[in-house]
Amino acid sequence: MGILLNENSRILVQGITGTEGSFHARACKAYGTNVVAGVTPGKGGQVFDDTIPVFDSVETAVAETNANVSLIFVPPPFAADAITESVDAEVPLIACITEGIPVQDMVKVRRYVERTSITLIGPNCPGMINPAVSCKVGIMPGAIHLPGRVGVVSRSGTLTYEAVGQLTSLGIGQSSCVGIGGDPIIGTSFSEILSLYNEDPDTDMVVFIGEIGGTMEQQAAEFIKNHMKKPVCALIVGASAPPGKRMGHAGAIITGESATSESKTRALRQAGATIIPSPADIGTTAQQVLAELT
Amino acid sequence: MKLHEHQAKQIFSQYGINIPNGQVVSDAISAKNTTEGLGGSAVLKAQVHAGGRGKAGGVKIAKTPLEASELAASMLGQHLVTPQTDASGVPVNSLLIEELADIRSEMYLAITIDRDHRCPVMIISKSGGMDIEEVAHNNPNDIHSEPIEPVLGLMPFQTRRMTRQLGLEGSIARDTAHVMRALYDIFVENDCSLIEINPLIITKDNRIIALDAKLDLEDDALFRHQDLISLRDRSQEDRLEAEASDQDIAYVNLDGDVGCLVNGAGLAMATLDVANAAGAAPANFLDVGGGATDEKVAEAVSIILSDPKVKRVLVNVFGGILRCDVAARGTVLAYQRMNSDLPLIVRMLGTNLEEGKDILAKSGLNVTFADTLTEAAQAIRESQ
Repeated sequence: MGILLNENSRILVQGITGTEGSFHARACKAYGTNVVAGVTPGKGGQVFDDTIPVFDSVETAVAETNANVSLIFVPPPFAADAITESVDAEVPLIACITEGIPVQDMVKVRRYVERTSITLIGPNCPGMINPAVSCKVGIMPGAIHLPGRVGVVSRSGTLTYEAVGQLTSLGIGQSSCVGIGGDPIIGTSFSEILSLYNEDPDTDMVVFIGEIGGTMEQQAAEFIKNHMKKPVCALIVGASAPPGKRMGHAGAIITGESATSESKTRALRQAGATIIPSPADIGTTAQQVLAELT
Repeated sequence: MKLHEHQAKQIFSQYGINIPNGQVVSDAISAKNTTEGLGGSAVLKAQVHAGGRGKAGGVKIAKTPLEASELAASMLGQHLVTPQTDASGVPVNSLLIEELADIRSEMYLAITIDRDHRCPVMIISKSGGMDIEEVAHNNPNDIHSEPIEPVLGLMPFQTRRMTRQLGLEGSIARDTAHVMRALYDIFVENDCSLIEINPLIITKDNRIIALDAKLDLEDDALFRHQDLISLRDRSQEDRLEAEASDQDIAYVNLDGDVGCLVNGAGLAMATLDVANAAGAAPANFLDVGGGATDEKVAEAVSIILSDPKVKRVLVNVFGGILRCDVAARGTVLAYQRMNSDLPLIVRMLGTNLEEGKDILAKSGLNVTFADTLTEAAQAIRESQ
């Protein structure tokens, strides 16, 4: 089964006529994703690539196509508006790829989403993928993925691909991969994704990739300790980061002891997760833990 | 983006927060004249983007205008080294000359974003005028945090709670509450990431004044604050970091000798970790981003090559959107422009891999190829 996406997922792409949106809408469709609509205000009536109708609003797109997933490629000044438009239209699952949304916009967006049962993934994330149903909602290279039984969740983009690449090269497939994003305020945290993997009958183990900044990994450790029925392999990057400096991701900044990689690694180890000793050992660690399962 | 104390105080003043009388100067004569205008004595404060000025000699008291000009002459043009700067410090190009304050007591007041509550949080303490991190460590009960709901803003019951916690009453409590509300308005209206008043003082005649001011603007929100961008002081920034930010490249200067070029912040952090574990110290963090062109890669590699610390370069590219041939061409361009022959360890995967490797192999550069992170780490170890 995997999580979040399934064979009934119908994707609308907000910003489909822009450079990013058009490139990735095509790539998702080529992978097998059911892209049913695009939304660019003012361009309603156009047809993208001869097959995908473009609408002026999310509301109309949903009414006309029954889209149930929104993928957002809208620049930072307009991204909060794009997300909240999809929330207002009651799209149950939203992935926002945009990097650079002002934090105070996300403070409000997050509060708005929390009032609903809508799942927001991101922003500043690569999106999510379910290889078994050939459904990719994001910018990850589809070809490196393999259907299988390991769930991946990460705050990163290309580091997630590194993890997937290592797993696939060992024949270890993925039930789903979710990039939750690198910003300080995001729609869905580690714990919520872990909970979904916990309940997914087709996921046997989770590979978890965290980084410096915030306390989300520590909260995930609490969840793992109290609820997780399946093994978790965890990697935390950023041990080499100096305090106070933003390491690319707006959320990757050490502002105190709990924000350090050491503190997160300790919490996850104490919660029973297997710590991946190096980014080069993601695949081999997963392989060992899987072997111990059988 | 950081602001200087005097710039933050100007903004405070616009929002009705009292600041000491004072003037920014950049020469000794003006320091003397300003001191005269302030009544003959003043405090001289180095305007630098780093805390811990006081102990480093960045804050001095002049008891006469003549002394002010002498102190100014000694401070201006120097580099100030504080616990928050690197060994070479930051240049002192201007001084804030202020009237001496008549302090009865000092408080701490700040506002920032709380990631756990996912909203702004106001932080107060009776222990003002001290290192707040030390207070947090030694007397955590002295610090109170007040999360502020975005739908409500800062409510009067909250400012009443905070002034009670500070032990304030009457007009002093009311005036302090006014400062708190003004601070919240500044934070929201200007998209700040942090504002700190340490200390916020109560004078002997019961006035509330912001004696110091620190204000950081959120970089990602500057697009909607064009008027504030002109307040940037590049002289206070690391030269390479400033150059990188002009090109929209995420870059942090570190201490080692392995220059690193990576696409993606998480993978870049992972690459630094791998280099460290292999016994090599990275010279920098750099995320060139997914949509990079030949030219952008060339700019990124040029920045790395212009760092005098760098003795070898590690390229780790997982090419999804960023194509390996683009990464290769950009790297070769940079090496040609900088006329460099530093050894290169290249680990590439993904789109147009063979073309990328081919470009590098034929470039004449000293390249070692690695297929995996493990091999890259091995190559780093062997290149020492």
